[in-house]
Amino acid sequence: MKVNLMNLTKKFGPVTAVERINLDIKDGEFVAFLGPSGCGKTTTLLMVAGIYKPSEGDIFFDGQQVNNFPPKDRDIGMVFQSYALYPHMSVFQNLSYPLLLKKRPKDEMKIEAQRIADMMGIGGLLKRKPGQLSGGQQQRVALGRALIKKPKLLLFDEPLSNLDARLRISMRGEIKKLQKDLGITSIYVTHDQIEALTMADRIAVIKDGILQAYTDPENLHDRPNTLFIAEFIGNPPMNLFDVEIQSEGGKLFANPGDGLKLAIPDSRKPKKTVKGRVRMGIRPQNIHIDSKEGFDTRVFLVEPMGRDDLIVCKVGNTDVHFLVDPIMRLKMEDSIKLKFDMEKSQFFDTETELSLLWG
Amino acid sequence: MNEDNISIYQEEKEGLDPIKRIRFRVQGKIDWFWFLLPAIVLIVAFFFLPIIITFFISGTNMSTATGFQNWKWIGVKSYQRIAAHPDTLKHLWLTIKYVAFTLVFFNLGMSLVIALLTTHIPRRAGFLFRALWLLPRITPVVIYVMMWRFIAADAPYGILNQILIKPLGLQTQNWLPAAPFLFIVLVNGFIGASFGMILFASAIESIPKDLMMASLVDGSSYWQRVRYVIIPHLRWPLLFVTTYQTLSLMTSFEQILVLTDGAYNTEVWALWAYQKAFSTYSGNLQWGFGTALAAILVLIGIILAVVYMRYFKFEELVQEPKIETL
Ligand SMILES: Nc1ncnc2c1ncn2[C@@H]1O[C@H](COP(=O)(O)OP(=O)(O)OP(=O)(O)O)[C@@H](O)[C@H]1O
Ligand SMILES: [Mg+2]
Repeated sequence: MKVNLMNLTKKFGPVTAVERINLDIKDGEFVAFLGPSGCGKTTTLLMVAGIYKPSEGDIFFDGQQVNNFPPKDRDIGMVFQSYALYPHMSVFQNLSYPLLLKKRPKDEMKIEAQRIADMMGIGGLLKRKPGQLSGGQQQRVALGRALIKKPKLLLFDEPLSNLDARLRISMRGEIKKLQKDLGITSIYVTHDQIEALTMADRIAVIKDGILQAYTDPENLHDRPNTLFIAEFIGNPPMNLFDVEIQSEGGKLFANPGDGLKLAIPDSRKPKKTVKGRVRMGIRPQNIHIDSKEGFDTRVFLVEPMGRDDLIVCKVGNTDVHFLVDPIMRLKMEDSIKLKFDMEKSQFFDTETELSLLWG
Repeated sequence: MNEDNISIYQEEKEGLDPIKRIRFRVQGKIDWFWFLLPAIVLIVAFFFLPIIITFFISGTNMSTATGFQNWKWIGVKSYQRIAAHPDTLKHLWLTIKYVAFTLVFFNLGMSLVIALLTTHIPRRAGFLFRALWLLPRITPVVIYVMMWRFIAADAPYGILNQILIKPLGLQTQNWLPAAPFLFIVLVNGFIGASFGMILFASAIESIPKDLMMASLVDGSSYWQRVRYVIIPHLRWPLLFVTTYQTLSLMTSFEQILVLTDGAYNTEVWALWAYQKAFSTYSGNLQWGFGTALAAILVLIGIILAVVYMRYFKFEELVQEPKIETL
C-alpha cells in the first residue's frame, strides 16, 4: 500500500508536535522515522494509525484520504515499545484477538494463530500469559499479533528498545527479513540510527516536528544536506571545524587553525562562492595517520572501543576524533602525523546550516 | 518468619545448644505476636465484639419493659418469632428486590456507564462531571432526601408535577405513594453510583495507554474495547463494589426512613429491625427482637461475602507480591 502524508500537522494546545510533514512511501517500502526524543515521531505514527486526528493536512492510503477513518478501518498492524500485550489473555488469545474482532470462525483462529506463532518461533507458548514470557518472547507475540490479520501497513514504535543488545541485533535482521518476504509497507520509528541505517529503504529524519531529510541511508550518511543531519548521523559523530576558505591560483584551501592549509578537491568545491567562514565536516573514518603527508599533532586522549581505539587530538581549538587500529598502541602525548581525506569533506553555511555541496 | 532464610541468624544459631535453639525459635514466633497485637485488639474490639454482643442480646427478651436489669435468657425464641411472623417474607422479598435493583442498575450499572463515558470525553470535562455527581454524597442525608420529596410532592409543589405533568395536561398526583419502590431505589442509587464511578474511573484511567491504543489498532470498536479490554481490567473493583455495596445496601435504611418511614410497603429488613428496636409506636422498644433481626442480616452478609469471593476467584486477583517474603 502506498502512503502519502501531506502537510501533516499536529498541535497539542500551544505545542506543535508535528509541523507540515510531507512524505510519500512506496508500496512495500520500509521507511524509518529517525530523530531525537520528543521530536514527534510517535505523534506522526499515531496519526497514520488513526489514534490521533491531524490538526491540519491529510493522510492518503493508496490515494484515498483516510483522515477520518477509525483505526479498525485502516488495515494496519502496530508493534509498541511496551509490547502492549493484553495481560489477561493467553498468548493464543493475544495473537487471535484481531481475528476475533473480525468475527472469524474459531477453527481459522486456531490455525492462523498456530501458523503465526510457529513463524515467530513461539509455537510452544500459546497457553502462557504474557507475564510468564521473557521480553524477547513478548516482542515476538506483539509482532505476531500485528501480522496475523495480514495488514497492508505495519507500524513499529521503537519495538526493540527494551531488548538487550544481542537480541536487538538478531531481531533487527528478523524483522527486516519478514518485512521483505511479506512485502508489507512499513514505518519504523526509532531513535537508534544504526537500526534506521541498517533496516530502512529510506529514512525520514525529524527534528522539532519538522522533516529534515527523507532519503536513503547512503545519501543520508555521505551527502547530508544540513548541518543537523551531518552531526546526527554517523557514529562516532562527524568532526566539525570553523574554517576560512581561501582562493589561491584558482585552487581553494580551508584552514581549520594551527596554520593548516587543506586543499579542497574539485569534487568538493562549494556550489556558490562563499566568503568568510564556513563549517567544514569530516568523519572520523576519513582521518588517517600518514607519516609522509600528514601534519604534526599530539594524541590528547585514547578511548578503547574494542575493535578500534577512538583517538582525540586538538587542531586549533577543535577536538578531532578518529579511529585507529588498537595494534598501533597509541598513548597520550604521542606525536603523530594526521591526514584528512578531503575527498570526503563536507561544507555548510554558518548561518543557514545548509550544505554548500548538496543543496 | 522462617528464620532459616536469614543468614545472620543462621550463623548465631549454629553455635547454640539445643535448648537455647528452641528458645530462639519460640522467640521468633512471639515477636510476630507483639507486632500483630494492636491490629488484633482493634479488630476484636470493633468487629468481633459488636457481633458477639448482637448475637448475645438477640438471645434475650431485653426491651424497655424489662430494662437492663430484669431481662431473661430466652434462647432462640426471637428467631422462632421471626420465622413465624406474617411480615417476614414480605420484608425479606422487598429487601432482596431493593438490594438487587439498586446494585445492578445503579451501584454497578450506572456507575460503570458514567465511568466509561467520563473517561472517553476530554479529561477535564470528565473530571468535572464526576465531581458534580459526588454532590449528593456530601449533602446531608435529610436535605438530600427532602429534595427527592420535593420532586415527588403533590401539586402545586412537586417538581415532577410542575415540569412534566402540568404542561402536558396529565393528572397531577403525589408520586411517592404512586411509585414508592422506584423512589427508594432512585434515592439510594443516585448516591450509591458515585462510589463505583470513582473506583471504576480511576481503574480505567490506570490501564496503560498503549494497551488502549493497541486494541483500536487491532481492529476493535470502542464498544469491543470496553468488552474485551476494559471490563477484564475492572475485575477487582467490580468484585469490591459488588461485595461492599451489597452489604451496605442490606444494612442501609436512613434514606428510606427519612423518605417514607417505611410507609407504602417500603419497610426493608434493616428498617424493620431499627423500628422494632428503637422506634415502635407502642413505646416498648424490643431490643432483643430487633437485634435478632439485625443478627440475621449479619449472617446473610457473611454468607454473601464468601459466595462472592468464591465466585470471583478472589485469590487469583490478589497478585503475588513483587518482593519475596522473608
Ligand atoms: N497527548 C499529548 N499532549 C500534549 N503534548 C504531547 C502529547 N503527546 C506528545 N506531546 C508532545 O509532542 C512532542 C512530540 O512527542 P512524541 O511522543 O511524538 O515524541 P517522540 O519523537 O515519539 O519521542 P520519543 O523518542 O521520546 O518517543 C513532545 O514535545 C511531547 O511532549
Ligand atoms: Mg515515541
